[in-house]
Amino acid sequence: MGMTAAEKIFAAHAGLAAVSAGEIVVAKPDRMMLHDITGELAFAIFRSMGATEVCDPDKVVLVGDHYSPPPHPEAAALLAKMERFARDMEVQHVFTTGQGIEHTLLPERGLLKPGNLVIGTDSHTCTAGAFSALGTGMGSSDVAAAMALGEMWFMVPETIRATYVGRRPAWITGKDLILALLARITVDGATYKCVEFDGEAIASLNMDERMALCNMTVEGGAKTCFVAPDDTLRAWAVGKHGEGALDHLVESDADAIYSQHQVIDVSELEPQCAVPFSPDNVVPVGELRGTRVNQVYIGNCSNGTMTDLRQAASVLRGRKVAPGVRCIVVPATQRIAAQAAREGIMETLLEAGAIVGPSTCGACAGLHMGVMSDDEVAVATTNRNYRGRMGAFSSRIHLANAWVAAASAVAGEIVHPGEVVTGEAMAA
Amino acid sequence: MNGDTTFEPEFRTVRAHTFGDDIDTDIIIPARVLSQRTPEVLRAHCMEPLAPDFADRVTPGDVLVAGRNFGCGSSREHAVLALQACELSCVVARSFARIFFRNSINRAFPLLICPEAVDAIADGQEIGIDLDRGRIEVDGTIYQARPLPEFLQGIIRAGGLVEYVRRTLAERAAA
Repeated sequence: MGMTAAEKIFAAHAGLAAVSAGEIVVAKPDRMMLHDITGELAFAIFRSMGATEVCDPDKVVLVGDHYSPPPHPEAAALLAKMERFARDMEVQHVFTTGQGIEHTLLPERGLLKPGNLVIGTDSHTCTAGAFSALGTGMGSSDVAAAMALGEMWFMVPETIRATYVGRRPAWITGKDLILALLARITVDGATYKCVEFDGEAIASLNMDERMALCNMTVEGGAKTCFVAPDDTLRAWAVGKHGEGALDHLVESDADAIYSQHQVIDVSELEPQCAVPFSPDNVVPVGELRGTRVNQVYIGNCSNGTMTDLRQAASVLRGRKVAPGVRCIVVPATQRIAAQAAREGIMETLLEAGAIVGPSTCGACAGLHMGVMSDDEVAVATTNRNYRGRMGAFSSRIHLANAWVAAASAVAGEIVHPGEVVTGEAMAA
Repeated sequence: MNGDTTFEPEFRTVRAHTFGDDIDTDIIIPARVLSQRTPEVLRAHCMEPLAPDFADRVTPGDVLVAGRNFGCGSSREHAVLALQACELSCVVARSFARIFFRNSINRAFPLLICPEAVDAIADGQEIGIDLDRGRIEVDGTIYQARPLPEFLQGIIRAGGLVEYVRRTLAERAAA
């Protein structure tokens, strides 16, 4: 019987020839990623376990991103604890001074390869699926245990196949494809499962857009997700790691068993928007016309890539952010910010009146730099529109792609980007 | 309301606090308070976005009752710490989100999956809980929660993942 990609990756990391969905296996992850909030708890738990060294300091990646740069002394203390743990345990990969947001930083810095199994103390670790790897979020105790033992138990997930047929229309990005799926399967439709993406529209996504797609699978409850290797993935992997990166490419067998198959036709899809207070509360953006916005947030681990910044800049070039709107742009990493500066994107954003922030999870998690007041309304390219997520409990977040967010910043209300930009800018 | 006398001795009488579906981790404990994770801070802000007075009305041993997908969202284990800081006995729900479920097992915090009991329980009602057997008594009717897989029961019996790992490390050192 054939295996899914998820079954193959778990089998390989558990030292087994074959596994099947539902089995509990003990597997050795390739990377264990921790951030400053959940990491600090993991360090305390690690020590309480009686562990004195991490199993393999090369496998551990520490990223201070939720509170970097720190907004208050307690946050600075969390970063200091992370640096202390890194020193004590001789951790090899430490990013505590603003280098970027973990899920984007991991592939950028060459710490993620196709076929890898990655665990992280953050639910959006599933972003790794974009790179034909498996990433899964866990709690601090789980990752602390994995650092101590070098292994962790996993239940091998069933896989939902999500096939996107039809040609992707203008203004439709990876964000829209995942929002369309969430609308269909709801916020718990993929609980405990792997979501495997394929189809013409997926093949047309660049690596940035695949990250946006995979990042939000956890909003459907998914344990992990996977985009099968294709020419786009191979080119990325060889460019980043050399030919050796292709040694562990995995894909599902033709006779693999899926628990369900969702087929979504994108040929008529409009830009999608998730309205408060749930990521599966999705409507076409046209239905929200006239919704006034106080804040626009472009960035975070799902949509702070060069692709997103280029889209935002193409809308904002020669235009102005509407009076009274805070438009905040957060490149996901410092290298992305530097590239945006080289391309003149920074200047475009600033001249339009946008605030360009450091690479941090800040406002997305309601922590700092963009926290909203009572009844304020946001359009954000982030991944959660939960009650109170970005500030006051009565504030309201709408999740959309970077085109929609930038166009809404210009209009001061939620609009279809086609209403703000003429056709030729879409090619950017 | 049935009096204590109708309960079997192993049932403990507790008060239920009911919530709906998809209670996310940002509701259980907002990220912004996590730079300090003392039990006092976690308790004070637990369930705050939906129920700002929760910390005032919850008393030790109470039970939180919820619908589908309780604990969806972030991986923050602080969500379990916050419920434990409120000294809740357990959460009874129709279903749980994956990471929250794992975190609760790891911290030996009991979760009972029992849609039938959820249907029967009203907010503020006194119910009976028998955590050892996973049973819930509501108005004289006894509901049985779904049993956990044996592997997970082992982690709970060990006292949670910390004790489990401590034991495993000791065994490795002795080998």
